Parts: sequence; C-alpha cells; structure tokens
Amino acid sequence: MDSSHADKKAVLQRTRGRLDRIGDPALKAVTFAAAALAVTVLGLISYELIRGSRLAFHRFGLGFVTSQTWDAIHNQFGALSLIAGTAVTAVLAIVIATPLAVAIALFLTELAPKPVRALLGALVEMLAAIPSVILGLWGILVLGPFVQNQLEPFLGSTLGFLPFFRGPHSPTGVLTVVLVLTIMVVPIVASVTRELFATVPPELREGALALGATRWEMVRGVLLPAARPGILAAVALGFGRAVGEAMAVLMVGGATIGIHLSLFAHTDTLAARIAGQYNGASTNLQTSSLVYLATILLVISLAVNIGAQLLIRPIDRRPRRQRIALDRALETQGMSAD
Amino acid sequence: MTEPAFSLRTSGRLRRRQVVSRLMGALAFGAALLAVAVLAIVVISVASRGASALSVDFFTKNQAQGFNPSGGGILFAIVGSAVIVGIATVIALPLGVLVAIYISELAPPRLARVARLALDITNGIPTIVIGIFVFTMLVAAHGESALAASLALAIIMLPLIARATEEVLLLVPPAQREASLALGVSRWRTTFSVVVPSAMGGVLTGTTLAIARAAGETAPLLFLTSLGTTSYADMNPLHPLQSMTLFIFTNSDLADPALQAKAWATAFTLMCFVLVTSLAAKLAMARYRKKLGG
Repeated sequence: MDSSHADKKAVLQRTRGRLDRIGDPALKAVTFAAAALAVTVLGLISYELIRGSRLAFHRFGLGFVTSQTWDAIHNQFGALSLIAGTAVTAVLAIVIATPLAVAIALFLTELAPKPVRALLGALVEMLAAIPSVILGLWGILVLGPFVQNQLEPFLGSTLGFLPFFRGPHSPTGVLTVVLVLTIMVVPIVASVTRELFATVPPELREGALALGATRWEMVRGVLLPAARPGILAAVALGFGRAVGEAMAVLMVGGATIGIHLSLFAHTDTLAARIAGQYNGASTNLQTSSLVYLATILLVISLAVNIGAQLLIRPIDRRPRRQRIALDRALETQGMSAD
Repeated sequence: MTEPAFSLRTSGRLRRRQVVSRLMGALAFGAALLAVAVLAIVVISVASRGASALSVDFFTKNQAQGFNPSGGGILFAIVGSAVIVGIATVIALPLGVLVAIYISELAPPRLARVARLALDITNGIPTIVIGIFVFTMLVAAHGESALAASLALAIIMLPLIARATEEVLLLVPPAQREASLALGVSRWRTTFSVVVPSAMGGVLTGTTLAIARAAGETAPLLFLTSLGTTSYADMNPLHPLQSMTLFIFTNSDLADPALQAKAWATAFTLMCFVLVTSLAAKLAMARYRKKLGG
C-alpha cells in the first residue's frame, strides 16, 4: 500500500469521524425539534382559541352555552341550539352508521369470497375519500329532493303519530344532514372494525366452529366480544368526525336558530355555523363568539379523541402485529376531507 | 346398508340456529351492497351532471367577466388549489418524515408515546377549528393569503404523513439497521442511507394520500383565502387564491344553472383526482407492505 493512499484513507476516516460526531446529535436534535413542534401546535391551537374567544367569554361567560340567541343586530350570541343540533345529528348518524359499519366489516372479513374482499374494502374506503363539499353539493341537489318527495312523506304517513316525523317536508333538514353524515361515518367505522376482526386469532374462530357453533354464533360469541373495546373506539372516532363536519352540514342543514323536535325541520351545528359566517362577522364580538364556538368544538373533539385513545390503550400491550394493524386502520380514518 | 338410525337432515333447534346464521349473513351482505350502491350513486350523479360541461376551455380558461360569468373555465381554481396544496406539502412532508424518524428510531418509548398521541389528537381536531386557529393567529391581523391556507392544510397533513411514515419505518427489517450499525456506520448515516431509502415507497404513498385529502378540504380555507380572484390564474401565495373546493361551495347555491353546471364539472374533476390518486396510493401501499412483509 503506497503512502498517499494511506494518507487519503486517514483523512477520510478523520473527516468521517468528525461528521459522525456532529451527525448523530444533530439528527437527534432536529428530529426532536420536529416532534416538539408537532406537540406544540396542539398547545398553540388551544392557546389561540382561548385568546380569541376572550372578548365573548367576558361578555357572555358560561351563559353562552345555555343561551339560544344568535342575533347579530343586537349583538347577542349563544350556542345552545347549535350544541343541540350538533348532538342530535351526530348521535343519530352514529346510531345508524354503527350497525351498518359492523355488518360491512363482518361481510368483508368473514363472508366475502377472497378475491372480492380487497376490491370491496377499497370501494368502501373510497366512500370516505369523497370530499365533503362534493357530498354537500350532492346532498342539496340529489339527496335533498329525494328526502323531501319520497322519504319524508313516507315517514310522515307511517310514523306521523310521533312528534319527530311531523311538520312541513323540506329538502334541507335534520334528516338529510343525518343521512349525509352517516355516509361519511360508515367507512371510517367499517375500516377500523375490519382491521380489528382481522386481528382476532384464527384459533378462537376455529375453536368455536369446531364446537358446533354456527357462523353467527361464532361472530356473536367470539368475534364481537374480542373486538368490543376497539369497536367502541372506532365509534368514538366516527362520532368525532360527525361532530366536526362543517361543509356538508352547512350546505344541506338550512341554517336555523332554535331547537325543534321534528326531523324534517332545519338545523345547524357548531362547525356549520362557524363555517357559514366566514364573511359575515361584522363586529369583533361576533368574531370572538365564532372563536368561542370553535373552542367548544375543540373541547368536544379532544374529549372524544382522548376517550377513544384510552379505549385503544389496552390493545397497545398486544403483539406488534396487531398494533400495526390497528395503527393502519386509524390512519385511514383520517383520510376523508372536510 | 340399512337406513341410518337418525336423520341426517337438520331439524328443530339446529335448523333455527342455521336459519338465523344465514339471515345475519344476508343482512351483512345487504349492508356491504348498500355502501357500494351509495358510492355508485354519488359517483354517477356527479359524473352525469359534471362530465357534459367539460371541455378544453374548462381547464385552460379563467372565468369570463361581465354579464356572462358562465363562460370560460376554472384554470384559476386549479392553479390556486395546486399552489395552496403544494406549499402545504413542502411544509408538511419534511416535518412529517423527521417526526416519524424521531418516533420510530430515536425517541425513548415514553416520549414516542406522547408524540404519537399528539399526532392522533391533532388528526382528530375538526378542520374548521384548525382554520379558525390560523385565522386568529395570522389572518385577523395580516389579512387573507394562500400561505395562511397552506399552513392550515400543513397542520392537517402532518399527522397523516408522520403516521404513515412511522408505519413503514417499523416495517423496515431490523436486520438491515443492525447490519449497517455493525459495519461501524453511524446512526444518522444508517438512517438516511439504509432505513429511509427502503421506506421511501411508503413515505411517497402516504404523502400522496395526504395530498388527496388536502386537495378536498374546504372548511379551513373559508376564513383564510376566500377572497381570491376568478378573472386570472393568480400564483402569488401572498394573495388570497381561489381553490376548486371553494369554487364548488360558492357556486353550489347560485340560481344560475350555468354556474351550477360549472360547480358539478369542478366537483367531477376534483372527485376524479381525489379518487384516482387515493386508490393508486392505497394499491401501492398494499403492494409495498407485502414486499416488506408487514
């Protein structure tokens, strides 16, 4: 080996050593900073919303939550009817969506022939990928008229003795909003539930079937109990999605004030009210009231999401494979646009 | 051979159990069929109303001005969407990858859990709330801009990219890392020359999914960039810019049928983009997982 080559090698080793000495701590510092930023954003969002809603909070206090008025002319604002609208639409949507989604997940994991599974699963997930502004447009111009001319007269004539199914028929109302929200929530709950079913060990299934259980008895006795905490978490995530949906509700809800019993009446939610006032806030107090609404919405979504995480937590102790499957499912639940 | 002593036909209680089982299977099939039918109805009704208004002009011209705003096309909205989502991607992609490297490669388990929880919670925040956040932080004082909208979309994209990247980093076989480290290669070189390259496919598909998601967002844009012009294709991110989603929203409740037709055509264009990119990314992701043996 000639000396120049050895020199070069030594130089190379020295510079590499120096770079590596800086490189490792630098990588650690930069990635840590990025992660810290991601965590900070969460705090910053809370701080900014509280700061922005201070004016309205000083004026109305906690009474904001129990007041039904939304009167820009007299500068009186309250959130009660919006909270009620949010609760009614989101709860009804999740009540309709959950059995549908679990049934879809069961079909996809237990019944569908293998080649169809991937395709059907992808199609159901496509439903979640449709932007909500497009579902809103479809809701106004296609679903709305159907609800007004077919569904509401039918419900009125069969269930009209209940106060929920009375009143003038309209294309934009609670019923249309609930149906649009259901369409958005079903694929989220279905894809998470499907991943959960897939992680149930095959021995449990086979054991039940070998003991003579029918397929449905196996599902009810083995699959559903094994997946229950996960399904609850999926339902919570779907509920959070329905609560936070702004565009579709704004477009098909018919923006109103007041609490109505009838499902045919117009409605409005926290998210939709904020979105609807994007160019209409004339005073600082009104803007601040909108930020107040956003703060309430943030609190609700934090509670729902942290609740869902707590439900998922026990699964974190399960083997890595199952955890990855669940992670994957949770990622897809974030893939639909508002 | 004599007759068996008992009947092999199911009867009584067993028969009822089997009927219930079949009935439940049929209901599950019905639910799946319903979901696919709804997807088909939405896609077909958007396509049948939107496809007829498509033309070369629709993609290459801007809104005609004056008394006949129904003429022209939506170039301004396509360009605006591209600028807003492009800048958001430039912010969110490197940050997301760095966060994922920290969580999966470097962080102590406790800090990794905190960061992962923060990402999941951010992912669950309603997008309108993120819009209001950027509004009170920037727009209330400095006015609307596409940049503000990009920031909001970046906050929405960050958890998606970070979690997708983290997932593929976990799939990279530990043996690859160990082999590199055993050769005396330092941690950061291992990360950038061994781990990240073999996870690249997953990072790109995760990013594509996040882009498809961001392109369909409307709610966070309302407060941040709603005043964009429709008369020319503005590209300055310091101006408020139009986007395809905002254009669909503002035209959806106009009485003019020509403008409604444009909203449908824009919806059709956007839907094709979103569905095709997210389907392609999902297929690529599935293949990639199989390759890495996830």
